[in-house]
Amino acid sequence: MMRARSGGLRGWLPELAVLCTLIVAPIVFPHLGFSTDLLTRVLNWGLIGLGFDILFGLTGLLSFGQAAFFGVGGFVSAYLLVSHTIDSVWLALAIGTVAAGLFGLLVGWFAVRRIGIYFTMITLAFGQMAYFIENSPLSDYTGGENGIPGVPVPVLGFGAHAIRISAGMPMYVLFALIFFLGYVLARRIVGSPVGVILLAIKENTGRVAMLGHNVPAYKLTAFVIAALYAGLAGGLLGSFQSYMPPDAFSLETSGQLVVQTIVGGAGTLIGPLVGAAVWLWLRDNLQLIPGFAILWKLVLGIAFIILVIGLRRGICGEIAHWWNERRNLAAAKAAEAKTEAIEAHNIDAATKPVAPPKDVRLTLAEPMTGDSDIALEAKSLARHYGGLKAVDGVSFKVRRGSIHAVIGPNGAGKSTLFKMLLDEVSPSSGEVLLFGEKVTGVGVSRAAQLGIAKSNQLNQLFPNLTVRKNLRIAALARSRGPMRFDLLRDAASIPEVEEQIASILSLLNLVERADTPAHILAYGEKRRLEIGMALATSPNVLLLDEPLAGMSPAERVATCAFIRDIGRSRTVVIVEHDLDAIFELAERITVLYEGRLLADDTADEIRRNPAVQDAYLGGLHAHEPA
Amino acid sequence: MLSWPVLISQAFNGLALGTLLALVSSGLTIILGTLGVLNFAHGALFAVGAYAAFVLLQYTSSFVLAIIVGCGFMLALGFLLERIIIRYFYDRPHEDQILVTYGVGIVLVECVRAAFGGNAQRVPVPSWGQGATQMGFLIYPTYRLQLIAIIAGLLLSLYLVLYRTSMGLVVRAGIENPGMVGILGINVRRAFLLVFAIGVVAVGLAGMLYAPVVAVTPDMGANFMAQSFVVIVLGGLGSFPGAVVGGLIAGEIISLTSAFNSSYSEVMLYALMAVLLIMRPQGLFGSEGRA
Repeated sequence: MMRARSGGLRGWLPELAVLCTLIVAPIVFPHLGFSTDLLTRVLNWGLIGLGFDILFGLTGLLSFGQAAFFGVGGFVSAYLLVSHTIDSVWLALAIGTVAAGLFGLLVGWFAVRRIGIYFTMITLAFGQMAYFIENSPLSDYTGGENGIPGVPVPVLGFGAHAIRISAGMPMYVLFALIFFLGYVLARRIVGSPVGVILLAIKENTGRVAMLGHNVPAYKLTAFVIAALYAGLAGGLLGSFQSYMPPDAFSLETSGQLVVQTIVGGAGTLIGPLVGAAVWLWLRDNLQLIPGFAILWKLVLGIAFIILVIGLRRGICGEIAHWWNERRNLAAAKAAEAKTEAIEAHNIDAATKPVAPPKDVRLTLAEPMTGDSDIALEAKSLARHYGGLKAVDGVSFKVRRGSIHAVIGPNGAGKSTLFKMLLDEVSPSSGEVLLFGEKVTGVGVSRAAQLGIAKSNQLNQLFPNLTVRKNLRIAALARSRGPMRFDLLRDAASIPEVEEQIASILSLLNLVERADTPAHILAYGEKRRLEIGMALATSPNVLLLDEPLAGMSPAERVATCAFIRDIGRSRTVVIVEHDLDAIFELAERITVLYEGRLLADDTADEIRRNPAVQDAYLGGLHAHEPA
Repeated sequence: MLSWPVLISQAFNGLALGTLLALVSSGLTIILGTLGVLNFAHGALFAVGAYAAFVLLQYTSSFVLAIIVGCGFMLALGFLLERIIIRYFYDRPHEDQILVTYGVGIVLVECVRAAFGGNAQRVPVPSWGQGATQMGFLIYPTYRLQLIAIIAGLLLSLYLVLYRTSMGLVVRAGIENPGMVGILGINVRRAFLLVFAIGVVAVGLAGMLYAPVVAVTPDMGANFMAQSFVVIVLGGLGSFPGAVVGGLIAGEIISLTSAFNSSYSEVMLYALMAVLLIMRPQGLFGSEGRA
């Protein structure tokens, strides 16, 4: 699977391996039935695949319309050259690539707002639209069903010294070079903060948004990157075969790319290349066997189904998985053993008797706020679901620097109220102010950027990423803002972010577990990580939704101490059923009952309030008609 | 300038294409709505249906008999696919469902190609559908007229099955909330099996009925599938009435645009889909729950 580089020569191992393979390939592979032309074709597919893998393998967005960008890049380059608008093949390739990128921007702008089936159908529809536009309205330029013949090959140098990059070996060298550069660039992108966030989007899109990243913008970035790669490959195809075929635009082409990626292994970058090698080799070689000529695609289709059912990682993915498994077996075993020990004995690294108060100091600064004494204010918030009034006109204020609790029996509307505080759910009426600034209507990721973070009742982690990476994705949201194009920077190279992660790891008592995937953690550890991720965004206001749920008594004590530590430097709002813990922690308590505000007072007053006692013991029901 | 007769005859073409798209899409949409699976093998199943008609008509001279036996074949194929592949994918991500059905589509198309070759085959128009019918100023091929009526009847019976039988009630409840239906003690899995098979029969029937009108090739379904995606987006994913209305709208858009400029007919269709996805992603009749 994709891994951030670990420094030194070892980090460049994949690049070296790809480079060696590219050099050796024209010597070795012809003996296996690959002609030089076939290898060049494989590289062309591999080049589209690099971009597609960033979109599908990394970000998890399945597009069935990549042919559109392949075709746009190809036809724009080919038309510019054949019409003699531009004579430099290099320039034409560049313009074709940019054109594909712009088309990607347009299509992506529509597509990334939708998920799952919708996303795939939109890309497919735009792909078909591009195909029919090429075929009819624009056929004066594109040749319609005939395509554009006579696309020239690239030339190196000027005048008498110019070298024409002709078919055969020179063309292979050119394609190999471009593929290699494309591969190195793609690896950089995967290891960059953008790449890390794209992977997180695949793992848990909702949480990425809740941490403050602009998810549609990141998805759009991945989409445009994929379009650029496809556009470049399209331009090169025209030059390679001196002909730009209209079927570059066809649905078949998009489908072939998807199949090749799955066969080779999604999420490995070179998977699509390997898949293309399998596809083209089968096509060219099975046709030579009598009786098999027509069956090659059937064989491929059956293999594809088997891969999707059983070996979802594909050829390269299975190899990488096996390799990593072997290398990390000991570490994984140890991590799992530790989890079992924690769960079996119900002891935890965090369970230390009476931990001394710690200072919660974070490297990344919180967002600037006004100097108002009220951190968070709910103004007659209401949320109706049809006839059900989950929350019905609730107002309260949270003082800056306090720990404020919201309690109420089941169904009182606490969780809905909480979700409205950071605009996760939009209220039917009313509004929320954060230091006087309106949060309602800005969306959950903007709310996070304004300085409000939430740990969820049900864990929302990135299960396959390590604890450190989970925290990194959170911290990056504060250090980089909603969106930034640092595609070439190493994600782990931002000192403030790494410092922030280190201090949170020690606060959470998860230092030893930093490199353990989140899904292996014990339950209590996962809960702490959930809170830690919210904290890693350096919020002004931290919302905790049932932080103690499911914890053992010892874990509760430790977590309460931790919450108190946090409460000394920032505002905390907490929803919890454990009333003993609440009365101990909170300065002020808001009580909800059946969606309405029942009381809002200091902890001591709430404890004495007869209406609150009745609500918890079900007393109010006695006065209502059954 | 366009003349009225041309426009009306194009509108009629649109009706013929629209009813066909409605039948293809209703199969797609009930599978999507009930099982949550976007069936990328739908185009291939259309082609399989057409070839089934081609083969069966060589053994029997009765078109009706061929269609009935063909339906049985499609039903069996639907059962088989659901049992050996599709049912293992209900709990997997949408991407996997799309991929596996796409793979099934490849295999089906290649099986057809292996058996019958890649050349176009002709299926004869049934004896009762020969010739053309005079309708006022418009002369229209008789079989195409009959096709509109037959498909309208089929859609009506599908509607009755879905909305007037207890099995249909289970299916519609399954679209709303499959988990709840299971909790109520109804064998959802069996309902799912049946729904998938009915969806396959619907698209297979469309292929069989359409076979006499077009050249029958292994790849004939691909374009229909893409168009039926547009239809179900138009009508709302998983909505049966949406598929019918959406099919008719799509058919008219393609045909009426051709009356003005044929090169834009398909472009218009996909442009409409793009606009709709932006303005009203839930479609005309649906709610955006299942995506």
